[in-house]
Amino acid sequence: MAAKSPRIFPVGDSALTVEFGNVISEELNQKAIAFAAHLESNKFPGYIEPVPAYASATLFYDPVVVRHNFPDFPTAFDAIQHLAQATLENLAANTATPSRLVEIPVQFDAEASLDLEFVAATNNLSPDEVIEIFLAKTYRVYMLGFLPGFSYMGEVDERIATPRRESPRTVVPKGSVGIAGSQTGIYSLESPGGWQIIGRTDVEMFSPNASEPCYLRPGDEVRFVAAK
Amino acid sequence: MSILIKKPGILTTIQDLGRVGYRRLGINPGGVMDRTATRLINILLGSDENEAVVEMHFPAAEIVFEKNAVFAIGGADFSAELDGEPIANWQPYFAAKGATLRFTKKNSGNRAYLAVSGGFKIGQWLGSSSTNLAAKIGGKDGRPLVAGDQIPFALQIKAKPQIRRCHISSSLIPYYRPFPTVRVIVGAEFPLLTKPSQGLFFVHDFVISPNSNRMGFRLKGEPVELAVSFELLSSAASFGTIQLLPDGQLIVLMADHQTSGGYPRIGHVITRDLPLIAQLGPGDKVAFHMIEIAAAEALAAEFERELNFYRIGCKFQANSWQL
Repeated sequence: MAAKSPRIFPVGDSALTVEFGNVISEELNQKAIAFAAHLESNKFPGYIEPVPAYASATLFYDPVVVRHNFPDFPTAFDAIQHLAQATLENLAANTATPSRLVEIPVQFDAEASLDLEFVAATNNLSPDEVIEIFLAKTYRVYMLGFLPGFSYMGEVDERIATPRRESPRTVVPKGSVGIAGSQTGIYSLESPGGWQIIGRTDVEMFSPNASEPCYLRPGDEVRFVAAK
Repeated sequence: MSILIKKPGILTTIQDLGRVGYRRLGINPGGVMDRTATRLINILLGSDENEAVVEMHFPAAEIVFEKNAVFAIGGADFSAELDGEPIANWQPYFAAKGATLRFTKKNSGNRAYLAVSGGFKIGQWLGSSSTNLAAKIGGKDGRPLVAGDQIPFALQIKAKPQIRRCHISSSLIPYYRPFPTVRVIVGAEFPLLTKPSQGLFFVHDFVISPNSNRMGFRLKGEPVELAVSFELLSSAASFGTIQLLPDGQLIVLMADHQTSGGYPRIGHVITRDLPLIAQLGPGDKVAFHMIEIAAAEALAAEFERELNFYRIGCKFQANSWQL
């Protein structure tokens, strides 16, 4: 069966989203990342930036510059939609993007694992079992968002999947590793937040003055290990 | 050569037109809330339109010019005074060394901008001087300005230059008012609202809640309902995106919005009307009017065309004191 063709819709007058689907899937995420990467290396007049997400990519553009440079189209949106469709055809053959494997040490001591007991109790497991199940998998970085360098990763084993806290914390410490449903993620900065915190890493997820300010990139594979 | 912050005011920050190219890393563009005001006064002073400005709320900062400067105020009208003399918005003025700028009364709008000719000398992070308050970086040490801060500027002005009154076309200056109708393009999930809610969105007015800030304006109004319940995956959001929260209330994403969001998108404020909503404060109202994307683009193009004429005129005028 042929894959459903992506839905394209405007996000205001200066961006459009290409939605490959509405489920968390490595295949759809790969398409979103590849689509964004292709546009990044094939910029057009009026290009601002592409933003890949779980199963979509949003392309920001300057509608005035686009209209001026693509006069054959009635609107900038039509021109960019056409360009997006052409990009999608180009991608069909070539969606595999190289990914990095990144190892991240995590501490699970009581001070770092604020919600570990809760996650264990909710799932009828011991805290040690939660940690064991959590460390057994390799996770994919689906997207960055929420905070500079905050990584949305998945998917955790369904035995430890846990909904967000009913009342979010006003302060989640920097480096906290959390679970929200089947997602896992690392708080790159101290911030308010509602994810269930099971551990903490000392690795800086966000180093503003580094040439690459964020430690993880969309498409990375992450393996958590117990910190010594 | 610098300005000195005597009193900081409420949330006074350094901003420019924003940090572009890093949304995929979760780093949002930020920047000024009212882009049009910023562009107009920077161009007025012969500066690059992206030069850093001081964004102020009311009560605003008290600022001393430690050296001669040519400056302009734009955006909200807070009854500016230079050493007690009234200062109009959208006009270039000369400030002699030691002169004090105060803002005495809030007349219209909620965000006033101060620009100096030649721009402020402020470091950049990822290509922008905007203050990212969440990440505590950019602008002045990633924080709002405090008493005693000095913000240097680049252009040296020796004697009082000849400054002619300058007219910005009234079609360029946004018509700020406490109850604007702003034009929106419908969002991807708008068709999933109940029919009554689809009508309601364009008929009722919404009040800006006190729980509003540079990240987003929460609106209070008749609850808006979805016809079906569904879960959305997070995807990129934009300045002006109107999201539906689980309690049926709406939030308009503003300059410091998060890069991604997973709430239903009901509409998007068009670029041309963003300054109108950006100048609202708690208790103000807003109504929404639907337009087609072609019309939104045409309005943006018309504005840029007019801005180009204005830019040429201002360059000519600004040359007189920059020589």
